[in-house]
Amino acid sequence: MSLLELTDICSGYGHFQALFGINLRIEEGETHAVIGANGAGKSTLLRTICGLIPTDSDKVRFDGQSIGQLPPHKRVGLGISYVPEGRWVFPSLTVAENLMVGAHSRRTGLWTMDKVYELFPLLSRLRQRQAFSLSGGEQQALAIARGLMSNPRLLLLDEVSLGLAPVVVEKIYEAMPAIVESGTTVLLVEQDVGQAMKFADRITCMLEGRQVLEGSPGEISSEEIFAAYFGV
Amino acid sequence: MVWVNDIIQGILLGGLYALFAAGLSLVFGVMRLVNLAHGDFGVMAAYISLVIVGSLNINPFYTLILVMIVMAIFGYLLQRGLLNYAMDAGPLQAILATFGIAIIIQNLLLEGFTANSKGLDAGVIENAFIRISDQVVIGWFPLLTIITSVIVLFGLQLFLGRTRMGRAFRATADNQRAAQLMGIDNRHLYGMAMAVALAIVAIGGVFIGIRTTFSPSAGPFRLIFAYEAVIIGGLGSLWGTLVGGIILGIAQVMGDHIQQGWGMLVGHLVFLAILAFRPQGLFAKQVQ
Amino acid sequence: MAAPLKVERYTRASRIALPLVAVVIIAAATVPAWGSSNIMKQGVTFLTLVALAQMWNLLAGYGGLVSVGQQAFIGIGAYTLWVFAEKFGINPFLCVPIAGVVAALFAFPTAGLAFRLRGGYFAVGTWVIAEVYRLLVTQISWLGGGSGVSINSAGAIERSTREAVVFWWALAVAVGSIALVYLVLRSRRGVALTAIRDDEIGARSLGVNITRSKLWVYVLAAFGTGATGAVIYLNLLRAQPEAAFSLQWSALMIFAVVIGGLGTIEGPIIGAIVFFALQQLLADYGTWYLILIGLIAALVVVFAQRGLWGAVYRRWPVDLFPVRRRLCLETVCFPEETPSPPTPAAPSSPAAVSPTSAAAPASPAAAPDAPSPPTAEPPEPES
Repeated sequence: MSLLELTDICSGYGHFQALFGINLRIEEGETHAVIGANGAGKSTLLRTICGLIPTDSDKVRFDGQSIGQLPPHKRVGLGISYVPEGRWVFPSLTVAENLMVGAHSRRTGLWTMDKVYELFPLLSRLRQRQAFSLSGGEQQALAIARGLMSNPRLLLLDEVSLGLAPVVVEKIYEAMPAIVESGTTVLLVEQDVGQAMKFADRITCMLEGRQVLEGSPGEISSEEIFAAYFGV
Repeated sequence: MVWVNDIIQGILLGGLYALFAAGLSLVFGVMRLVNLAHGDFGVMAAYISLVIVGSLNINPFYTLILVMIVMAIFGYLLQRGLLNYAMDAGPLQAILATFGIAIIIQNLLLEGFTANSKGLDAGVIENAFIRISDQVVIGWFPLLTIITSVIVLFGLQLFLGRTRMGRAFRATADNQRAAQLMGIDNRHLYGMAMAVALAIVAIGGVFIGIRTTFSPSAGPFRLIFAYEAVIIGGLGSLWGTLVGGIILGIAQVMGDHIQQGWGMLVGHLVFLAILAFRPQGLFAKQVQ
Repeated sequence: MAAPLKVERYTRASRIALPLVAVVIIAAATVPAWGSSNIMKQGVTFLTLVALAQMWNLLAGYGGLVSVGQQAFIGIGAYTLWVFAEKFGINPFLCVPIAGVVAALFAFPTAGLAFRLRGGYFAVGTWVIAEVYRLLVTQISWLGGGSGVSINSAGAIERSTREAVVFWWALAVAVGSIALVYLVLRSRRGVALTAIRDDEIGARSLGVNITRSKLWVYVLAAFGTGATGAVIYLNLLRAQPEAAFSLQWSALMIFAVVIGGLGTIEGPIIGAIVFFALQQLLADYGTWYLILIGLIAALVVVFAQRGLWGAVYRRWPVDLFPVRRRLCLETVCFPEETPSPPTPAAPSSPAAVSPTSAAAPASPAAAPDAPSPPTAEPPEPES
């Protein structure tokens, strides 16, 4: 049984349908990247998994449980953590407080405040700073760290490289191996195809709400990716 | 020297307003809800105290804890039973729903207790005072009120700053969807926020009931003063609310001094002046 | 050369309804001829309620301004009537439009202050300002102070004449208020208002001056409310600050509109009818009637947001007062004659996210008619 099973996902926003029958299986311990151009529906997919967009109960199964109708805060308790596009750090709270709120669900595990500061030393220096005053890269690190504080089984990362300088993105990705090693399954959405290929076990490419390519980085050629990404 | 007394009385009165304002401020901060029934909840608390005093014949002070608990439970149920849905429907709908609740409460109280003014008799302390000088007199009860107010605000600050629930409140105020992603149950949280707000306003309601008389239609005035205190102090600042309450209190006392009956008007004018020249209030930390 | 496109205003239903309404108005105008004194007094109460409801609806349902302080203008209207009739000796019946104008003048400084606030804070702000007016009147002895004033010059007029003229004035303000809202909405300003209601930022980007539009609506509503206030007190003949500036006026207006249906012209009329009917039925029960109304209003506003008219509209979508424009080619029009009911306005507050459907029907002249559910995700940059 896969950790995450998505069946025929057709979610969207109000009257606007963004996804057309997505099917996906993620195994425990896997790292999976979803790539695709803007508007492909990648974020919509993650939002459906974390619960911000509800769907039919059975369409999303986590560890065998149907969670499609479960509200987001309950999914955190099950072990799903979503790091949103745009980061959504709590601006008036300090770095330390953001992390403490991340641990609200009281799930225990490897990730504690100390462990997280080890992972992102730059955060350690910023503990008492209010989050709104952080730079983009610092906020991204904080958002990921905060997402880890609930000791998730499945970590959903939405566009961590967005708006960040390549050097900063590199630094963020340096933390990934430690996250994966701790046993967390990672599903990330990434516009930076290079990083995605370096990092993930398997890749799904989406175009206009549909899956157009799937496989592991070793199997797929860059021409195939190019074609899938741009719909050529 | 008489003005000194006015200022002191104003400060003491301000403490009372701050008790009303704190709950309003909290609810708006966490949920962006302006509760038009807030003042009526304070009056409701006074009547509950009255009922308990009537049946047990005890000093109103002893009813405080019980009244706070009753109001807190009522607030939680009201929020989860109706107001959460009102907020789902939209900010406009939420305001109107609270307006409806205000009218309902005012008229239920009218049915239950008639329009006659009532008072809570706290005994000796109501009139006891400390004489500082010929012109400056500090009543024990108003002093107690402002001390309570400071303690409550301090407690609220500790709660918001140091507890898991308090941090959840602040996180939700910042970004309620992100808060959900942390495992925070919005609907429960809003219920708790309303419960806390009503527990605080219960203290204010009972204290006003002791200090002066109350009737079913007294709610709207309490709301207005609370709201003025919040705006003068600036949205999002707890201690700003206390300062706002004090400024309002001073304006009202001085107004009454200039001409009996002018107190409220002067208070309103000060409020409007702040609105005209510094609309964000004195210590604003939040956008409306 | 293709057949010309036309912009149509009238729906089939309105072609029947509007002439019917004219008949009803004419019939109503004959009431003074055969109605008793009591019927006329009730009539005035009902008609002025319709007028007040229309004005409040213009403000809140179309302008997005939730005011809990319209009683300020009722009081101003009442006292203007007294000042001009008693102090300046003008025929009291001519004072009605004057009251409207004076109220409109007061609306400018009122708005100047109140508009610094948004959403719920704006609501309470309008209330505070109304209180200020009340307190000022109470303190100024020239205006009669706390004990109030009497409109003696009207009282001196022979009763059946007075009652007839007051009734016709009430009819005039009721019809006038409906006509006013109708005309405003069909004008360019009206389309701007609807645009603001649906998406404030979008409207601003198209060059709509938000503040001016809202100010304009506020002043108009004040005019209507002030004139109606004068009519009400022509009927009552005695004004006291406590009553003239009472919050209960707001309760009446708000409940009538909410129950009938916010954001439509038909709604407030239905609401006024229901409210009035309930008032007559439950008059003996005093406060219970208010409790019931408050409860109904609170429940309606949350669970049946479009009110009674909205419920009717869903079954039989009929625009009695058509304000939307449709694009027609020969006999085929878009949108069809069964659009969905309009969404009530969100109050002017940055915290109110205006959920716009990412895929509004691409029609040049039709207003976006897909009511977006309030809990829909606002479209963020999609990956």
